Amino acid sequence: MAMTLHVDIVSAEAEIYSGLAEFVVVPAEMGEVGIYPRHAPLISRIKPGSVRVKVPDQAEENLIYVSGGILEVQPGVVTILSDTAIRGADLDEERALEAKRQAEELMKDRSSAMDYAKAQAELAEAIAQLAAIQKLRKKGR
Amino acid sequence: MAAGKEIRTKIKSVENTRKITKAMEMVAASKMRKAQDRMKMARPYAEKIGRVAAHFSQAHAEYRHPFVVARGEIKRIGLLVVTTDKGLCGALNTNALRQAVSKMKEWEGRKIEVDVSVIGNKGLGFMQRMGANIVSEVHGLGDTPHLERMIGPVQVMLDAYKAGRIDALYIIYARFINTMKQESMFTQLLPLSAELAMEKRDEHWDYIYEPEARSVVDGLMVRYIEALIYQAVAENMACEQSARMVAMKAASDNAKNVIGELKLMYNKTRQAAITQELSEIVAGASAV
Repeated sequence: MAMTLHVDIVSAEAEIYSGLAEFVVVPAEMGEVGIYPRHAPLISRIKPGSVRVKVPDQAEENLIYVSGGILEVQPGVVTILSDTAIRGADLDEERALEAKRQAEELMKDRSSAMDYAKAQAELAEAIAQLAAIQKLRKKGR
Repeated sequence: MAAGKEIRTKIKSVENTRKITKAMEMVAASKMRKAQDRMKMARPYAEKIGRVAAHFSQAHAEYRHPFVVARGEIKRIGLLVVTTDKGLCGALNTNALRQAVSKMKEWEGRKIEVDVSVIGNKGLGFMQRMGANIVSEVHGLGDTPHLERMIGPVQVMLDAYKAGRIDALYIIYARFINTMKQESMFTQLLPLSAELAMEKRDEHWDYIYEPEARSVVDGLMVRYIEALIYQAVAENMACEQSARMVAMKAASDNAKNVIGELKLMYNKTRQAAITQELSEIVAGASAV
């Protein structure tokens, strides 16, 4: 039997592929990379494209589409961390600005300093309500 | 004793309430299963990226990312609070917010300023009323956590950390233990040292970086933090649904008890009225 390596392809929202392979081709940022078992440790960003996985005892290669992410190679393990979101420095920056802008809008009519007393009173009230409900339930039984 | 009609109206209204809580219970139960699945789906990614980050910290890299370097003096702290968008889920949000307040108070005592970033409507409203310094927020995530929505607020915090405006980043969320039990968690996200400082292996090795170390490691670290936060949000959502299911079940049971009591009272008044009427008739007949 040929030598194999373990391939894991995961995205933040799901596990996409996990299994043994003889040979993997990944669209790395600097060009496609073919990985055989016992490859030197490598870490790279990947471009959107398809990953080809050659599974032992199977003539056809598995094709898996990834929309970018990170590739890590250890001698016996290949890990592909696929992105679910479309990334890019500008896009991320835009999202950050949007989140910030919303927060700033909220902060406009903000009362001076942090009001711990008020906050704690509010929480205490909520806790008291919950405790009262629990007591009522116990009594009901 | 209240009149028969009044009690009947009251029974009707409690029954209607019970219908609603029962329906909410069932909705929460079905959403809970999906939320738990999603939480489990997010686990492999968090695990794998954690492993890669751990490998990376073992490698003898020349480039030390700012996220792994601990800072001596802490002047300002970033706090990420994960809450739900909707209420009616028991003590879930209250517990998280109580913990946030106690931590913030402790920091204030040590003259450390706090920047807050909020995920979820409930925490947002609370922090706003409290007058905390909210630097970013996201709400209305719906039932499925999308990483895309979370990149923004996270990026704000990471940028602040890189620029040195904050010296540490913490997160508060509800950890899912089982359907009946959720636990409010407080963990440190940045600097990463605590978690990644594993024993260095003796052999000297380093990765081949493509393109250069800096940009790859930057990408990896940002994704790692995002994965941790995504996992926290996914868990928080599973917690929300199960807490809501439990709370609504309790409410339905309560309503059932109340209906029982009211029915008993109604029958008693009815019987009392009949008895009274009878005795009046008997008394009237004997008088004739």
